[in-house]
Amino acid sequence: MQWETVIGLEVHLQLATQSKIFSGSPIAFGAEPNTQASAVDLAMPGMLPVLNAEAVRMAVMFGLGIDAEIGMRSVFDRKNYFYPDLPKGYQISQFSDPIVGKGEFEIQLEDGSTRQIGITRAHLEEDAGKSLHEDFHGMTGIDLNRAGTPLLEIVSEPDIRSAAEAVAYLKALHSLVTYLGISDGNMAEGSMRCDINISLRPQGQAEYGTRAEIKNVNSFRFVERAIRHEVERQSDILEDGGKVVQETRLYDADRDETRPMRSKEVANDYRYFPEPDLLPIVIDEAYVAAIRDTLPELPTAKRHRFMDQYGLSAYDANVLADSRELADYYETVVSACGDAKIAANWVQVELLGQLNKAELAINASPVSATDLGGLIVRILDNSISGKIAKQVFEAMWQGEGSADEVIDARGLKQVSDSGALEAMVDDVIANNSAQVEQYLAADEGKRKKLVGFFVGQVMKVSKGQANPQMVNQLLAKKLG
Amino acid sequence: MHNQTVAQLAQGLRDKAFSSVELTQAYLQRISEHDATFNAFITVDEDSALATARTADLRLASGDADALTGIPVAHKDIFCTEGLRTSCGSKMLDNFVPPYNATVIKRFNEAGAVMLGKTNLDEFAMGSSNENSYYGAVKNPWNPDLVPGGSSGGSAAAVAARMAPAATGTDTGGSIRQPAAFCGITGLKPTYGRVSRLGMIAYASSLDQGGPLARTAEDCALLLNVMAGHDPLDSTSSDTPVEDYTAALGDRLEGLRIGLPREYFGDGLDGATGTCIQAALKELEAQGAELVDISLPSSSLTIPAYYIIAPAEASTNLSRFDGVRYGHRCEDPADLHDLYTRTREEGFGDEVKRRILVGTYALSAGYYDAYYKKAQQARRLISNDFRLALEQVDVIAGPTTPGPAFALGAKSDDPVAMYLEDVYTLAVNLAGLPGMSVPAGLADGKPVGLQLIGRHFAEARLLNVAHRFQQATDWHTLSPATGGAA
Repeated sequence: MQWETVIGLEVHLQLATQSKIFSGSPIAFGAEPNTQASAVDLAMPGMLPVLNAEAVRMAVMFGLGIDAEIGMRSVFDRKNYFYPDLPKGYQISQFSDPIVGKGEFEIQLEDGSTRQIGITRAHLEEDAGKSLHEDFHGMTGIDLNRAGTPLLEIVSEPDIRSAAEAVAYLKALHSLVTYLGISDGNMAEGSMRCDINISLRPQGQAEYGTRAEIKNVNSFRFVERAIRHEVERQSDILEDGGKVVQETRLYDADRDETRPMRSKEVANDYRYFPEPDLLPIVIDEAYVAAIRDTLPELPTAKRHRFMDQYGLSAYDANVLADSRELADYYETVVSACGDAKIAANWVQVELLGQLNKAELAINASPVSATDLGGLIVRILDNSISGKIAKQVFEAMWQGEGSADEVIDARGLKQVSDSGALEAMVDDVIANNSAQVEQYLAADEGKRKKLVGFFVGQVMKVSKGQANPQMVNQLLAKKLG
Repeated sequence: MHNQTVAQLAQGLRDKAFSSVELTQAYLQRISEHDATFNAFITVDEDSALATARTADLRLASGDADALTGIPVAHKDIFCTEGLRTSCGSKMLDNFVPPYNATVIKRFNEAGAVMLGKTNLDEFAMGSSNENSYYGAVKNPWNPDLVPGGSSGGSAAAVAARMAPAATGTDTGGSIRQPAAFCGITGLKPTYGRVSRLGMIAYASSLDQGGPLARTAEDCALLLNVMAGHDPLDSTSSDTPVEDYTAALGDRLEGLRIGLPREYFGDGLDGATGTCIQAALKELEAQGAELVDISLPSSSLTIPAYYIIAPAEASTNLSRFDGVRYGHRCEDPADLHDLYTRTREEGFGDEVKRRILVGTYALSAGYYDAYYKKAQQARRLISNDFRLALEQVDVIAGPTTPGPAFALGAKSDDPVAMYLEDVYTLAVNLAGLPGMSVPAGLADGKPVGLQLIGRHFAEARLLNVAHRFQQATDWHTLSPATGGAA
């Protein structure tokens, strides 16, 4: 039977606030255990939460970014369960009245096609601490630095149909939240964690199959692998006439498999009720409008603009609009050189190639956007060939200065002086009489190939600096 | 000295009739002589009290003194005190020394008040008799065979027995007003949000409110001046401006409309208590107040609503006591489950466990709508009753309790009988209103409290009515030590 995969994702996004959602503790990553936990974070007796307004602003920004309904009156609830890294014995979350309601946004797949993915809701909540099982023989260490870190839990509709779409969704989400500046989206540090709800149904069937939830998958690659694995597991069960059990599973990256969580790890009755220590969050239109005014151009809009304004392909536009920094860099190059397509090539191929190799972020590029634009200008005005330009770029990468400085210092300026070129062409013709005879004997079709040999020789003599178009013209004239 | 009010003592300090150190020593002396009988204190910190008194004397000498500078005060052992054990009456926190002060404590410290010690209470403020304390029952100073009321029983007994001129308490369903009534003193539960809850160990967050217990309304006003105010660290604290609560104490009562809810004067009210209340109301009428019959039709919903909402909140407020970070931890836990269950089994007393179970049940999937949600609906009806009533009248008056203090052990095996003790006080918490209990006579030699209920943030009005009543009566001056004679 043909099975259709149905996926919904719950993403826990760490918000880039200065301090925790209900206390003044900092939230920097990687601090010594329990050095960023105040009396509030430790749930000392009598301590009370105070809402961080910045977290609310960021949640509303997200809501506006996906064109969602904004909860003008949203309510915090207590989600009750016992666990050592949950100091209060409840998590402050939002249950029935979230800050962000229904919305949707566009994702782009590898082949350039796009899809709209629905967002069910997004709500504010606090993170738990961490249980450390290693290094404590027979005991468990508790680090509460992370306890109280603001999270936005973003719940998608079951609109995702494949592992590739899931990854595209996460990448689009990553792009959106970093554009908005509300999260660093760093999956390796846990700033973006993903729970995957996944079920299969016979192709064409309307109702959903029984789903399994895979908890806490923390990289794009693991998401892809976990889904592929889980699809295989469920389809094996279904093909054998079995039934998928609704359960929570863990993805084990080391073994590349999902397995059921121990029942202890799954609480079933959270006894949600409104958090009496916090007032409902009530916001008004003016507050929302003020935030809307601060929104930057978002990835989808930028992607479409790049295609319309610069004539880029969907693929190129997607790559270049992926991050705000890269898009800004690209647009600076375009305005410096005036040619959007060549700029797109250079940024994607040479620049991103080098950056990836050096594991550098765009902001740390040794070659500035203006300088890259300057290099392209020299290609466009025939000062250098594309090939020489790569050499110049290398030198610029090494810190030898702007394109013009490198060209001057290394004497790489293209030779476009017809007298000098003519002399070189004459030399090459004189020194390669055998090839000249071959050329003269050949028909029109073969001549086209053979002329390449002479061009190559001239370029060699000129150390690559001869203007190739002029060389071609001269050769055509001289060889008759 | 110990028979003087806070106002009189403050005058004495300013007049240099005695120093704060002398005053503090006198009270510490009273505690060491009498507390073995009444068990009002869990912790007394003499050294720290005297050190604070010395500092207060310097402030008094330099003329930089506030109204309460140098005045000894006892704090309910539910307010966290930096460096001083804060037990909340529970084995669970027997070893707990907070590294911070509650906002209320901070405010008293800044005012220069002298903390004598921490007073006994029902465990986690759950109780109406002060028999539910890990540190043993508190005895009523009027008769050690009687309960002092709860949960602020230690504070009420300390003031009644002249072991402190004033004390702090907390009131979730009557825990200031009922013990004040039973011990013949004056107690005020402010409007919800008037006094910061930060550092006040939570029982039921939407109902808990700190307030003063003292001999007179004037003293309560002096204490409330220190306690009241917005706290940015308590999101439920109000930024409504604070008044000088002593300013309007003497205002005349002509034209004041006092509502008498017929539901508070029906069956269940002890006869002698009712007689005292009627006499008190006559006195207010004599001063020009108009008595108006009113109805609070949803009153019968009060006890069921309260005993769902308060345990529901308590059941999760008390989840943090898990043996992981502070407080009691069982010996040699075998695993996490064992750590939780044995720690909580050993650390909590019966009444606390009962309320955790009730609250957990009420919030459980499948029961939430039938219990918690219904209780919240009832709470809205109750609030609405008061809102409508307080549009017709300025103040509502009635008995604080159905009868006077009962014997120790009389109701401890019957939780429901105990819960009925709070029938007149609970609704005030559900509606978030200010309420007071004022000494209004003796029923068979036992003190009776007149309850006054006001509009939100109308503490000054309640204190004014209570003060005028006390100007005309001497019930508040009676001392248990002299068998009721002033």
